[in-house]
Amino acid sequence: MAKKAPYIVPVGPIHPALKEPVHIELTVVGEEVISADFTPGQTHRGIEWMGLSRNPVQIVHLTDRICGICGVTHSLAFARAVEQIADITVPERADYVRTIIAEFERIQSHLLWAGVAAHELGFDTLFYLAWRVREEAMDAIELITGNRVNYDIIQIGGVRRDITEDQHEQILRCLNNYKDLFGKLKTLFLEDAVISSRCKGTGLLSFEKAMAYSTVGPTARASGCTADLRVDYPYAAYGDLDLKPILPTAYGSEVNGDTYDRIVVRIFEIAQSIEIIEQCLANMPAGPVLWEEKVAKILATCKKAEGEAVGRHEAPRGECLHYVAMDRSDAPIAWKVKASSYSNLHVWPLILKGAQLADIPIIVASVDPCLSCTDRVAVTDADASRTKIFTKEELTRLSYEKTRRMKQ
Amino acid sequence: MNIILAAVGGTIVLAILAIVFGLILSGVDRRIVARMQARIGPPLLQPFTDVRKLFAKQNIVPANAIPWLFNAMPIIALASAIAILMYLPFGSFAPILGELGDVILVLYLLIIPSLALVIGGFASGSPYATVGAQREMVSMIAYELPLAAAVIAIAWRLMAAGVADPFSMLTLMQTSAWDVVGPLGIVALLLLLVMLAWVTPGELSKIPFDSPEAETELAGGILVEYSGKNLGLFTLSQAVKTVAMAAFGIILLLPWNLSPFLGLTGAAAGVVDLIFFVLKVIFVAVVSVTVVRTMMARFRITQVMGLYWLVLGGLGAVAIILMMADAYLLGVI
Repeated sequence: MAKKAPYIVPVGPIHPALKEPVHIELTVVGEEVISADFTPGQTHRGIEWMGLSRNPVQIVHLTDRICGICGVTHSLAFARAVEQIADITVPERADYVRTIIAEFERIQSHLLWAGVAAHELGFDTLFYLAWRVREEAMDAIELITGNRVNYDIIQIGGVRRDITEDQHEQILRCLNNYKDLFGKLKTLFLEDAVISSRCKGTGLLSFEKAMAYSTVGPTARASGCTADLRVDYPYAAYGDLDLKPILPTAYGSEVNGDTYDRIVVRIFEIAQSIEIIEQCLANMPAGPVLWEEKVAKILATCKKAEGEAVGRHEAPRGECLHYVAMDRSDAPIAWKVKASSYSNLHVWPLILKGAQLADIPIIVASVDPCLSCTDRVAVTDADASRTKIFTKEELTRLSYEKTRRMKQ
Repeated sequence: MNIILAAVGGTIVLAILAIVFGLILSGVDRRIVARMQARIGPPLLQPFTDVRKLFAKQNIVPANAIPWLFNAMPIIALASAIAILMYLPFGSFAPILGELGDVILVLYLLIIPSLALVIGGFASGSPYATVGAQREMVSMIAYELPLAAAVIAIAWRLMAAGVADPFSMLTLMQTSAWDVVGPLGIVALLLLLVMLAWVTPGELSKIPFDSPEAETELAGGILVEYSGKNLGLFTLSQAVKTVAMAAFGIILLLPWNLSPFLGLTGAAAGVVDLIFFVLKVIFVAVVSVTVVRTMMARFRITQVMGLYWLVLGGLGAVAIILMMADAYLLGVI
């Protein structure tokens, strides 16, 4: 038999299956993908660079703009890093408000993902349903923060707005609606014959590979890793709560690490978030929500701060990490963001290999990629008007040089 | 000479009617899908606006396409879709070219619009279109089996019942298969009804069988490089094909007319039957296309193959066996 020639199908940088630009190159034989490669970094915004000329309070606003979905993830991680350096103690009530808003974010993010996943499978009815259901979480977020997208609720040393008693009732009503809907959503996603047949056994990521590739969040938990920052290193109000990482076993199945398991984990995490918010609302301590109301005083404290710290937060997609270094000046001298997508995207070549071409969109979507979270640095030589792509060795050398400069 | 005049005149009238009705049907489809998804949806006449806009747009031929093939295919697709209508009876109106072709010819003609899409896809030279064209070929091979099984089962049973010329469209219109069969035959016909309801979305490349055009995988697949007038022609051919496919299913399995029940004759009967036929086409299109595409996710091409060949092909075989058993039990063979 004649050997079949491989055929290259490019996906992206602009493609209807991708909501953000990334370039994926698939080598296919027939319908089977024999190898896959991807090139991230198709959008450049230079947010980290902008941050290095601003003070920490201004950067909190900037962090909100890193991602369009994770409105609180980046600001929370950044604020926690600065609070550690400047030795600021966040009031207990603020911790609870932070937890509530972070969990609402998880609900809306997972529902958004569920809709996108359904759309990638060609199931538009479920897409519209999931997004309609998501609206209620967005309304609750708007009620609490005043905004639907860039919440801007986190401040260094606490939160900007308190959750009043009147709001409790409305939030609980929203959560009760979600509880009623949850069963329906579970049936639609997990018991639909076509979704099961399309998702079971596709995009396999074994426990060993998930660990070796350092995946985080639902992507890792679907492969059986129990890593969950909220449980392993409790912060905000998570230490007071009874939490368990959600594994695919929640739905009574064994852990396969396939696309279906990733759906199971995310759907059940929505239910878990509802419980967390209820617990937080019931046990919220009284008191202020901000360590210091006057911004000038916060800034003065930050200006006195010296040192470096890492702020971490379990975002809907997994662990998000902000490294901040300050040296008694207005702006931090170093700020590095490692969004959860950085840890998850590089499993694409692994899980795409051997897949059917038809399953590419759902497998790509199953790690819940957030590309705007990962794109922040561009190196463009304006004189030569070309963009340089660094090799790993060059980047390592640059980072050594920068560390040396910082130490001087 | 007479038949040529009838053919030319009939083609023009039918083409206009079918295009208008096909586009309205597509509007109805979009509207109902929207309501089922709790959306408002576009206006009923949105497809007309879409086509008008497409015809006003620039026609772009990709650099590595084969231009004449690329440009010829949309015309062939529309022409063959209209040609199918020439062989189909509408209500109590006999087909224009009914004497010159039969069901088998319609089966062949139904393939041509898809084949035009495949050739157009390959000619466009885009990797997405190539993959889409491969998939379209596979699904063409897949749905032909149950469709042919359905046609053969009905025609064989009519032949067994002593009906002359069982493959002729005129015969199928005048003699309902439901009238000649016994209880087992009714079961078989119900099976065929289910099969045709599943073949229709496949034939029309609608979800869950839209893998050749899968927007999220292939960015539109076969049609990815088509734009302007060419895309408009393909849209029209798709609309006409929807009418043809629904009408074909109706003639095979739901051939009743309203006029005998109302005791009408002449022009009144023709008008009443035509309106009833149009309603049946809308009903069939809504049930087998709109509802199915609302409640299902897209199949993988391997699943399409499995469903058509194993499940529906098996059902077709069962239906044929049931038809034979029915004829045997009634003692006609």
